[in-house]
Formats: sequence, structure tokens, C-alpha cells
Amino acid sequence: MSIKKLGATLLATTILTGAASAQEVTLTIESWRNDDLLLWQDVIIPAFEAENPGINIEFTPSAPAEYNAVLNSKLDAGSAGDLITCRPFDASLALYDSGNLADLSDLDAMENFSSVAQSAWQTDDGSATFCVPMASVIHGFIYNADAFEEVGVEVPTTVDEFFAVLDAFEEDGGYIPLAMGTNDQWEAATMGYNNIGPNYWRGEEGRLALIAGEQSLTDEAWVAPYRQLARWGAYMGRGFEAQTYPDSQNLFTLGRAAIYPAGSWEITGFNGLAEFEMGAFRPPVQNAGDDCFISDHTDIAIGMNAATENAEEARIFLEWVGSEEFATIYANALPGFFSLSSFDVPMEDPLAQEFVSWRGECESSIRSTYQILSRGTPNLENDTWNASAQVIRGAETPEDAGARLQEGLASWYEPQQ
Amino acid sequence: MGNSRIKWHIIVFLAPAVLVYTAIMIIPLFNTLRLSLFTEVDQERIYVGLQNFRTLFGDERWSASFWNALGNNFWFFIIHMLVQNPIGILLAAILSHPSLRFAAVYRTAIFIPTILSFVIVGFAWKLILSPIWGIAPDMMDAVGLGSLYQPWLGLEETSLTTLALISVWQFVGIPMMLIYAALLTIPDEILEAGECDGVTGLAAFWKIKLPLILPSIGIISILTFVGNFNAFDLIYAAQGALAGPNFSTDILGTFMYRTFFGFQLQLGDPYMGSAIASAMFAIILIGVCIYLFGIQTRMRRYQF
Repeated sequence: MSIKKLGATLLATTILTGAASAQEVTLTIESWRNDDLLLWQDVIIPAFEAENPGINIEFTPSAPAEYNAVLNSKLDAGSAGDLITCRPFDASLALYDSGNLADLSDLDAMENFSSVAQSAWQTDDGSATFCVPMASVIHGFIYNADAFEEVGVEVPTTVDEFFAVLDAFEEDGGYIPLAMGTNDQWEAATMGYNNIGPNYWRGEEGRLALIAGEQSLTDEAWVAPYRQLARWGAYMGRGFEAQTYPDSQNLFTLGRAAIYPAGSWEITGFNGLAEFEMGAFRPPVQNAGDDCFISDHTDIAIGMNAATENAEEARIFLEWVGSEEFATIYANALPGFFSLSSFDVPMEDPLAQEFVSWRGECESSIRSTYQILSRGTPNLENDTWNASAQVIRGAETPEDAGARLQEGLASWYEPQQ
Repeated sequence: MGNSRIKWHIIVFLAPAVLVYTAIMIIPLFNTLRLSLFTEVDQERIYVGLQNFRTLFGDERWSASFWNALGNNFWFFIIHMLVQNPIGILLAAILSHPSLRFAAVYRTAIFIPTILSFVIVGFAWKLILSPIWGIAPDMMDAVGLGSLYQPWLGLEETSLTTLALISVWQFVGIPMMLIYAALLTIPDEILEAGECDGVTGLAAFWKIKLPLILPSIGIISILTFVGNFNAFDLIYAAQGALAGPNFSTDILGTFMYRTFFGFQLQLGDPYMGSAIASAMFAIILIGVCIYLFGIQTRMRRYQF
């Protein structure tokens, strides 16, 4: 008797929860942007849920450095969320190839993105797009405008002017000229090498030539950025070898440093912390009047877990992510993440406006190591982190670094052999 | 029925431990060993025998990374053996001295870091040693040694030793407690008999206590060995998975993690990762066997 009763109760509750979930669907988003948790919870998700009653969104980020590992384990175990924030290029392509990401080519919202914007989340032949592009980030330098005024220097446009400014701060002694450290390594490559590099290898031209095997990492265009990086070390703070990424951020926002080699994603955080006026300048060119190139990196997109049980609702959300409304909300809630859509999105933040204005003056490129070249072992991106940090520390010469990277790349990448 | 009685109570009492241990240790262990014999081609798992190990030891790059990590691991272990364990023994000897006051306070204070999380220890020491916010540079300045300060965690020559010493600081409580317990079990009669024969003070420690605690020191050594060759957390918390600067703090644990789970643009390779994990298992197994058969069997035990 009592067992029957228990069975009935269990059955009843199962049916009830089943019925409830038919009305209310909760979609979980996997992401590495734990910095954006509040913005998703307070701005983006409410905006979507207001229009789409019955679909709840949950944003569950993990730490950036662990994201790929965590996500892969979750996908293997079948416990990953419905929506998956996509890293550009191979990390996501591998997920698509292994059937973890669904093909989204037929999504209506895809029309709102140029082929360049989609290229980071497409198969090599461009036949399938598996993530809706969300944003790109632009590299440059953020500077302390009050400090520039105090020391009496102008915003540099050429490499010589850049080092003249650094020398002026070095002489003044009141500020650490350059806020960067080598402890975490990636800043050296991302905000160092790939920030200043496009001016040397002429953006897409050099990047594509490297992929085609027509240029090599030992060419002057690829070694020269290291030569500039080697000079940076002298302008960094005492003990920069052990200075971490958050250390550098804090040094700058506390007003103790003059120039911060940046990615535009810093804007949100810096706006809330810095009590001085900030400005931004693009990576300096070699000679006045040279063509300029910037790293405008396709950084973040969102796709659908192929194993999701709520595919229909997930597609509704993804259509919304591709809409003008989302582009406007996202670009203004997170100044520094620039929409990849073809909508003309108005932005209010002056720093973000400065960054995005370079798109009109210079040619855009993406980070050199991201497409195809980091497919093998040794991994070119990881090696570039190591080499950039080594060069800044003075532990390796620019020429040796270039030769080492080339040797590693040629060991598995046929066009370079 | 009477003669061939199965001793059910033994099975019942052993079952929980055996089942849990099998499920969470033995099966994963053998699965890892098995996984290291496979690789993946076009989404399909294929058997390749020892190919992964041939790559690991034969390929120039893989083997360079492996030997670098192994060498770093040995250095990590040597620092622990030379610093942590002697200090632990010394502290235990001091603590067990009958005339020491507040022994319980010291004992607790020294043991507390052991129960802290690696993440907290790594973060706290990174802050202490930070060139920007750390108290280390200021303290050294205060005593006139400011010029000796270096960003130790950021320099290739010093970072591994620094991390090893941080780990020593964290875990010195364990040898201290084990030796302390061993020292307490030494009967007073023996020490008194020694006194009658004129063996007191330091001589009593070297000639009576030390031989009696040697088995404990052996156990501590093997625990240190296993713990160090399985280490990962502290390095990962302090230096990240790339174990910078320039892989100078890369140990087998971080090397395995990077390979198995991937890192940044590098995709994970569970098969090579398992090969490294198997190599780690073999190294630890050999080390433990050398101890068990080579050292422990020859150790003299005293019955009181």
C-alpha cells in the first residue's frame, strides 16, 4: 500500500515538473567572461526575458584561463550548458567538428554579419557557421591624460615619439612609464607583440602570407616587433618579472603608471576605477605618414550545444543575439567590446569611441597566431607568449625568438616547411 | 556447513572501503593506463600501442618538456627533503622538550598552514613577495637589505626554489607532527637508563631518540616523495598552467594538465596526457618500491 502510494506520488511529481518545464525553459550559458556576470544578470538577460516570457537565461561563467578545459570536460560528460560562448577559430572549430556545436548557418540573424565577422566561426571552406558573432576587441594603448599634461608630452604617433614619451616619464620619475609585467606571459604576446606587430607585417597582408607560407617568422617584419618589445623592459616598473596582469591594471588605475598597453576590453573596468582622465592612442607607426594597421580581433561569439534539449528556445535567443537591439545593449553595457554586426551602433563612451574610430583610419587585422597556425604542437600561440615574455625580460634576443618560433611552426605546418 | 564457514563479517566490513576505493581510484587508474595506448584520428579512437610513449620520449620537443618537468620535480623534492624534513624533526625535538612552555600554541601555529588551501597559500605568498604591493621589499628595506630584494617568483633562476620553499612553509607541520608523535612514544625508562649511563642532552637525541624515530622519518620521506611528484596545485595557483617564467617551474603535474586539458589555443590531448600520467605513475611506483624493498625491510625496529 504505502509503496504504491509512494510510487504514485513520485509519478505525480515527475509529471508536474515535466509540465512546469514545458512552460518555463531555462537556458544555461557557458562563458569565460566572469567579469561580465553583473551586466548579464542586470541588463542583458532581463531585456531578453521581458520580450520572451517562458525562457529563463542563466549565465554561468568560469575563469578565463580554465574555460576551454572546463568546457571540454563538461561537453564530454554531457553536463555543458545549452549555449556556449565561442572562442575564435580552432577551439570552436574543433567543437563543431566533434559534433558539440550545432550548425547555425540557417539562422536569419546571420545576415547581419559580414563574412569577415563570421570567418572566425566557420569551417575552413566557409560552408557552415556555428556561432553568432558577438564582439571584437581592438588593441592600442590607454594613457593617463593628467600625467601626460603634467609631464608635458604629446600623444605619440611614431615609434620614435613613443620612446621619447617613455623617456620623458623615466626622467620625470613620478610615474612608471609602462604598466606591464611578464609574470602571466599572455600580456606580453597579446598586448605587446600582437598589438604593435600589425604595423610591421602590414596587417592582413602579412598574416595571410604567413599562413600561405610566403613569409616566415624570421623575416624582418616578424622579428622587428620583438626588437621593439626588447626595449620595453627598461620602462616597466621595478620587479616587472613578477608583476601580474591584475598588478598592471591596478598600477595604472591607481595613477602610478603613465601608459598601459591595452585591449579595449579594459575600458569598462578602468572607467569604474580610474580617477584621472584617460585617453587612448593606437600602436605607433615606424615613420610619420605610414599606413597604420590595428588588431581588431574577432574575440567572442555564441553558439548552441548540439546536445541541448531546448534547441528551439536556444535558437530564439541566438536570433536575438544577432539583432540590433542586442548589439546596442552589448556595445554600451560593455564599452570596449565592439559589435561585429553591420548595424551602425551608437556608443556613448568616449574611450570606446576613440578605439573604434581607428577602424576608419587604419586597416584592421586579427591576431596573427589565431587562425590555423596554432593547430599543431608546439602551439604557436603558447610559444609566442613565452617568446614575448622572454624577449621583454632580456632572456632571449629577438632574432633567437623568431628563429625558435619558426622552427617550431615548420616542424608541423607544411606550407612553412 | 560448519567447516567451510565463510567469514562474512570480514567481507562486510571491507566492502565499503574496497568498493569506494575501486570506484574512485583503481578503475580510473587502469583506465588512464589504458587510455595512454590510444590516440584519436578523425574523431575515432584507435589503438596505437606504445606510440604515445615513443613520442613522449623520442620526439625532441616532447622529451625536452618531459625531462625539464622531471628535473624540476626532483629539485622540488630535494628542497623538501633538505629543508622541510630536517626542520620538521628539529621542531618536533624542541616541542617534545619537557621544559618548553606554550608548546601547544607553537604546535598549532606551525601546523595551521597545512590546512590552508593551496590557492590561499599561493595568493598570499604572491602578495607578500610582490614587487609592487608586497611587504617583502618594504621589510627588507627597513633592515637595510632592500638592495637584495628580487622579484623571485618572476626570475627563471629563483622561481622554482621560491615555490618549493613556500610549499615547505605550508607543509612543515606534517613531519613535525609525525615525529612529535613518534618521540612521545619513546618510554621514559629508556631515556632514564641512558641517563644512568651518562647519555644526556644532544647525545641522547642522536644516540637514542633518532634511531627510534627512523621508521617515522622513512614514512615521511616516502610521503614527501609521493606528494611532490603528484604536486600541481601550488604551481598552478601561483604561476598558471604555463608554469613560467620560461617553464622554469613546470613540473610533471602542470605538464600533464596542459597536455591533457589543453591551454588557450592548444587543444587538449587526453591520450598524450594519459601517457604523461602513466609515466608519473611509473616514477612514483618505482620510488615507492625502492623504499619498500630497499630501505624499509632493512630498517631495524625496536620493541619496548
